[in-house]
Amino acid sequence: MEKYDVIVVGGGPGGLAAACAARKAGAQRVLVLERDSRAGGILNQCIHDGFGLIRYKQTLAGPEYATRAIQEALDCGVEIKCGTMVVDMSAQRQVTAVGPDGLHIYEAGAVVLATGCRERTRGAVMIPGTRPAGVFTAGVVQNFVNIRNIMIGKKVVILGSGDIGLIMARRLTLEGAKVLAVVELMQNSGGLQRNIQQCLYDFNIPLYTGHTVSNIVGKRNLSAVEISRVDENNKPIPGSGWTVECDALVLSVGLIPENEVAKAAGVKLDPRSNGTVTDDYMQTSVPGVFSCGNSHAVMDLVDFVSAQGEIAGKNAAAFCSGGQMEQWVLSRLSEPAKGLPEPDALNCILCPNGCRLRYEADGSISGNKCKRGIEYARQERTDPVRTLTLTVRTQDGRLIPARTVEPISQAKLMEAVAALQRITLPDRDYVCGEVLVEDLMGAKVVATANIPAQHP
Amino acid sequence: MNEQFDVLVVGAGAVGCAIARELSRSQLRIGVVDKGCDVAAGASGRNSAVVHAGFNNKPGTLMAELCVEGNENFEALCAELDVPYKKTGKLLVAFDEAEMETLEKLLRQGEENGCKGLRMVDHAAVQKLAPNVGGFGGLYSPNTAIFDPFLYTVALAENAVYNGARFFLNNRVVAVKKDGDLFAVTTSQGVFKTRVLVNAAGMFSDKISAMVGVDEYHIYPCRGEYLILDKIANDYLTIPVYPAPTKGNSGLGIHLTPTIHGNLLVGPNAEHINDHLDYGTVSKTQDELFAAAQKLLPALQRKDVIGAFAGTRPKLASPEEGGFRDFVIKEEPSVPNFINLVGIESPGMTASMPIAKRVSAMVQGILQPAPNPDFCGKHKNIIRFAEQTPERKAELIAQDPDYGEVICRCQQITKKEICQAIENPLGVKTISGIKYRAWPTTGRCQGGYCLTRIVEILEKEYGVRVEDVAYRDEGSELFAGRVK
Ligand SMILES: Cc1cc2nc3c(=O)[nH]c(=O)nc-3n(C[C@H](O)[C@H](O)[C@H](O)COP(=O)(O)OP(=O)(O)OC[C@H]3O[C@@H](n4cnc5c(N)ncnc54)[C@H](O)[C@@H]3O)c2cc1C
Ligand SMILES: Cc1cc2nc3c(=O)[nH]c(=O)nc-3n(C[C@H](O)[C@H](O)[C@H](O)COP(=O)(O)OP(=O)(O)OC[C@H]3O[C@@H](n4cnc5c(N)ncnc54)[C@H](O)[C@@H]3O)c2cc1C
Ligand code: SF4
Repeated sequence: MEKYDVIVVGGGPGGLAAACAARKAGAQRVLVLERDSRAGGILNQCIHDGFGLIRYKQTLAGPEYATRAIQEALDCGVEIKCGTMVVDMSAQRQVTAVGPDGLHIYEAGAVVLATGCRERTRGAVMIPGTRPAGVFTAGVVQNFVNIRNIMIGKKVVILGSGDIGLIMARRLTLEGAKVLAVVELMQNSGGLQRNIQQCLYDFNIPLYTGHTVSNIVGKRNLSAVEISRVDENNKPIPGSGWTVECDALVLSVGLIPENEVAKAAGVKLDPRSNGTVTDDYMQTSVPGVFSCGNSHAVMDLVDFVSAQGEIAGKNAAAFCSGGQMEQWVLSRLSEPAKGLPEPDALNCILCPNGCRLRYEADGSISGNKCKRGIEYARQERTDPVRTLTLTVRTQDGRLIPARTVEPISQAKLMEAVAALQRITLPDRDYVCGEVLVEDLMGAKVVATANIPAQHP
Repeated sequence: MNEQFDVLVVGAGAVGCAIARELSRSQLRIGVVDKGCDVAAGASGRNSAVVHAGFNNKPGTLMAELCVEGNENFEALCAELDVPYKKTGKLLVAFDEAEMETLEKLLRQGEENGCKGLRMVDHAAVQKLAPNVGGFGGLYSPNTAIFDPFLYTVALAENAVYNGARFFLNNRVVAVKKDGDLFAVTTSQGVFKTRVLVNAAGMFSDKISAMVGVDEYHIYPCRGEYLILDKIANDYLTIPVYPAPTKGNSGLGIHLTPTIHGNLLVGPNAEHINDHLDYGTVSKTQDELFAAAQKLLPALQRKDVIGAFAGTRPKLASPEEGGFRDFVIKEEPSVPNFINLVGIESPGMTASMPIAKRVSAMVQGILQPAPNPDFCGKHKNIIRFAEQTPERKAELIAQDPDYGEVICRCQQITKKEICQAIENPLGVKTISGIKYRAWPTTGRCQGGYCLTRIVEILEKEYGVRVEDVAYRDEGSELFAGRVK
């Protein structure tokens, strides 16, 4: 049996930050167990940008953020073991994991659970109708499209206008699908304003708030969905529906903390959310077992996940050494604005302040804390620019996630995508930050992840 | 296809597969055709998966006789075929005196049918058997059991194949002609000639019968919808719980059934529909199911629901008539060598092997074949990694590292099991085929984690093109192709 001071279950941003902090707080041997073939968690498939504004003061693509988090952990002396899934854990912190190299039983001074979340499914929201192929959850679509180079449909309806639904609307549009509707049960979208602007409005994708998908049609393959207005109990109003022909329905209807391992160890879970119940120090009901990130409570911003991971990791180390623990305090001050954008108002996205800018009748702009805000508001009115995130194909069919370094004109996005579509990269290793294309409509395109060459 | 068979079975449900497997005890050329891309594509893959005891059926009927016989032998059969089976017993709960009386009548009927061990229980005993269930008192049946209906059907088919039977999937029967002493059966892919023809076509058994010239049957499709609850639901209940039956009901009432995998099924309702294959689910029914389930088990929560499905019952009783009509199992006097099975609704899974034995006896009478000296009735299922001890797990990974790669996170199903499911002897390579055999995509994430990985295995290790990855039948391809 191998012994570690701190074992972290899950190598997403929460787990990586926890491991790093545990080392910094004096834990000698710290091990991260990750079931996927690489660390980084859900971020590996979130190739869009918008991550890290608070933590790194710049907007990164998901894989870039993950690459940094992994590097930081390695630099701190954390051991990361991938391809290894924790299948059991006892309240005495004995951790059982399996991987192709065997079954491992570890003993840990303290454990941090950072196992992330899973998606709610069609069954959970009980959408009636047939059960054809073509109904997917958004995270699965993101994985297929961004990592596995598989397209899920050509005419798409998306249910749920949270950030993931919005992001997928843009991703699928950029990859040539027609997104016919984004349907939202609530009267307002829960997504970030900037995502509503950049993912829907930029591409003229209609958003139906206060509506739902009330029926699924098609015996073998999806042929259509029915969209209906909902009443005050969120039930479809009979007769209000219309039919939209489509070949894919993408569900973005919520995330549920993933806590199989916690459950095995007897950690108390919140019966409503399925998240772990912790004290102010991120310690669960089982002494020496800590929890952070989406498996504790689903968070909008990865920056908060990392911050919380640090507290959990630090306290796990303190548990081992008998040192002082630190309380977790969430500062929500810098959270960006959510919901439908207001006319004549705009949230500046250039820094975490997120000032609410207003176009005044006389053409001036108010609400900005610094000059950059004025520039931003002007640009948005005249010729908005966007960072383009997407993938570039290699000869052997791998996808390298990438983004433009300089923003490009919103009006020219589709043109830029078409130009990139024609490019095929040679088969070799790619490293995060390297330039893939020198000049795409005036912008450099860089890789946003380390992608090793395929070895036959 | 222009081959000749001694016996051709139409329909690869539990009944057709049991027949093929029983017949393979004899030296016969056996063929099974089915329009589906896999076995258990009809009612056999869409039911409550309960091994009934036999008290629900009218004394003197084939249903009663074959159900009791099937129940008695089911455990041994599942052991032989390595199919998950659990004798849970079953509880019928009454909410008032009148329902208690109904249950007492049921008990007497059961005893007449030969069911053993039935007894009335009071409220305290109900609480002991099913601590979370409401109700006044009930009827307890100790011999009712649950099992895996997919693996059961698959095991019968694979064992039949092992013993020489041949399966022709994706073959829809469109016409049958008499050709001298033979039947010429035309399918969507060719013509099959056979000496004896067995109709085990479930929902379409009336149509196949009519093709042969026996047009006196009419099947009324009667849909039953279910909700599937998460495994936590199993904390509530370990025994199937049914309400007291009501007169004229086309089913057995909406009940709660733990599955062999630890989920809980709620359903089915009984709704007469026009389309034989309409497996759609309806919002109103889903609400009804949930309400009925909550009556039996007040602790249930909406968030426990992870999925839904529906099946259709092939009923001979019309909607006006209601209730049940007996199984038809006979060699049609007007068409010698044509064995007709019509109206095989519940308890058709339980009775499938006794039905097969009856059919086999008829075939013996007609063809008088020699016994198959090589017959072996034992079947081995895929080893379930999750169910092994840690020591055994370590051994398995040492033998084959694919056991160390977990593909389905909710249920700990490994790559090895997925690969074995893909390499099945029937040659089925669909997602649903893998699902039935190894059980991925059925956990609480419903494929959220494993689907992408299964597709990768199909692509990289079995050379299936992305465009051809199908959920189920042809036409259910999942993807539009490559992104770029
Ligand atoms: C689809 C999607 C889009 C998002 N978009 C944005 C965005 O635009 N901006 C933003 O700031 N945030 C975004 N987020 C939120 C943010 O990315 C997440 O909150 C963050 O990644 C959560 O980190 P985590 O470490 O808690 O979980 P995860 O990143 O999910 O990591 C959990 C890790 O644990 C591993 N694991 C789980 N169980 C086991 C086990 N038993 N054994 C071993 N390993 C295990 C998993 O494989 C995974 O790698 C998004 C989230 C999702 C799901
Ligand atoms: C909702 C419901 C709940 C039930 N619960 C239980 C239970 O708990 N216990 C129990 O014992 N029984 C139960 N039953 C009954 C049981 O499921 C059936 O009696 C049993 O599955 C019948 O098996 P089968 O092989 O006759 O029919 P099926 O499984 O329906 O097989 C018929 C096959 O014929 C094929 N076929 C049809 N037409 C053609 C054609 N033209 N050409 C080629 N192939 C064709 C179909 O594709 C199908 O695979 C239930 C049934 C339903 C609907
Ligand atoms: S206006 Fe200035 S301070 Fe305000 S959010 Fe924009 S960049 Fe930040």
